[in-house]
Amino acid sequence: MAYFPDTMPRPTPNMDDAGFWDCCSQRKLAFQTCAECDTPRHPPTPVCPKCHSTKVTWSEAPAEAEVYTYNVIHHASHAAVTGRLPYIGAVIVFPGLPGVRLVSNLTDCDPSAVSIGMKVELWWDDIGEGMFVPRFCPHAKGDSL
Amino acid sequence: MLSATQRTGRCCIVGVGQSEFTKWGGIQNRSQFQVTAEAILAALADAGLSPAEVDGLTSFSNDANDAPLMQVALGIPRLRLSGMIWGGGGGGTCGAISMACAAIESARANVVVAYRGLCQGQSRRFGRFGQGRVNGNFVDPFGLFAPSQMLSLAMRRFMHLYPITIEHMAEIALNARANANRNPNAVMHARPLTYEQYFASRWIAEPFRLYDCCLETDGACAVVITTRERARDLASPAVDILAAAHGSGPGWGSGLLSGHNMPDEDYASTNSRYLARELFHAAGLEPKDIDVAQIYDHFSGLVLMALEDFGFCGRGESGEFVASGAIRWPDGKLPINTSGGQLSEAYVHGMNLVIEGVRQLRGQSTSQVNDAETCLVTGGLGVSPTSAIILGRQ
Repeated sequence: MAYFPDTMPRPTPNMDDAGFWDCCSQRKLAFQTCAECDTPRHPPTPVCPKCHSTKVTWSEAPAEAEVYTYNVIHHASHAAVTGRLPYIGAVIVFPGLPGVRLVSNLTDCDPSAVSIGMKVELWWDDIGEGMFVPRFCPHAKGDSL
Repeated sequence: MLSATQRTGRCCIVGVGQSEFTKWGGIQNRSQFQVTAEAILAALADAGLSPAEVDGLTSFSNDANDAPLMQVALGIPRLRLSGMIWGGGGGGTCGAISMACAAIESARANVVVAYRGLCQGQSRRFGRFGQGRVNGNFVDPFGLFAPSQMLSLAMRRFMHLYPITIEHMAEIALNARANANRNPNAVMHARPLTYEQYFASRWIAEPFRLYDCCLETDGACAVVITTRERARDLASPAVDILAAAHGSGPGWGSGLLSGHNMPDEDYASTNSRYLARELFHAAGLEPKDIDVAQIYDHFSGLVLMALEDFGFCGRGESGEFVASGAIRWPDGKLPINTSGGQLSEAYVHGMNLVIEGVRQLRGQSTSQVNDAETCLVTGGLGVSPTSAIILGRQ
């Protein structure tokens, strides 16, 4: 069972961000990185803002991740989330990979227990058709990890 | 009094016009395009100008009321400027005015109307999921569909870094409602809001409650901009544009509405710090010289950040600033959002804030600040680009 129902908007990869979603489909969280100057960036862009190279590699995110900020969403702005309210939106950072932040969700966690700086773990949400979406939880979630 | 050197800005606002303001879906008897055209005609009538004298049209946030079509509708014989400021979230409100000033000052146009019309019952509600968001792939699958759900993330971090509380956000919301209750044209006129009602209201996206979020409105606003010379024999009192600016710091194009990858030191901010310094410098003024301000209030908490970013108080001091009564009409040292703002007057992507700024300097506000000579107006905050103007009484 995916975290949200099938009616939830899915990633629709385009020419600029397909590399990110290709990695996700292999359950690999990787950020676009300049092949010339090694600067990571997110969301993907076709040119390195530092050295203007168009050559890229993909750097796998370190396992250690933490909450940079979060919110608790109580109002359904799309019918797909109605059964999940309230759910937690979170911006995740990786101390071992400075320079990128990832918008995601924190699951399996009471909203009152969330704090900025708390350590979280990646899990892969199987949304079907070969696509996986990265979400995070405070503790090991079993088979999904 | 403003000095002669502060009068060197060559443009002014000579007319303002607006439609009725209703809750979203409230205008069904005519099209959004007609409502917008009527607001432009009202602004021109206020100035004492005819559409034949207009040669520029500007807007922002992908306004759907196409300028070339507006030229046809209004019978404008010669268009010299049809300008759109990129970016959503109302960030370009004052950018559309800044662009008009740039064109007028360089003799590319003479009379420019900056306008915004949106009837959310006829198009889409901004508080709902909408396809086609820039970098939507990095927010939509995670249930971040609406600005309240994205900007509240920055607000949470702001409250983590500084002594800012929900009570301080409440003060922004309660101030807006108190001002709206003196403004008969406000959507929330005659609907008082108490401290208890604020705290009893439902969460939208914590830390934002219902009353921390702007209205969803049907309505249109327009302002007419021309030179000080042309303004001299027009119908209504002209208001000087002492400075106008729009722009963005690094990284904000994939900022709070998408990937949240701005510099750490700017994250919990409104993306206005650079712009604010340049704006005050261009006007030859300091924050203490501002008599009244209209600060873009899509969300109460971003107003707190803006009070800091525009230099009305130090970093992290906005909570204490508003708790002191500083933003309250009539006795605060900086009354803000005197029409009720977008939390309680109307949400016309900030153009209604520009009109209220003009009313203050004409002495026509329903929460008039005594002897107001200067007014800061900001465009949408925490987006990219952002924008602001400083208006001055002639």
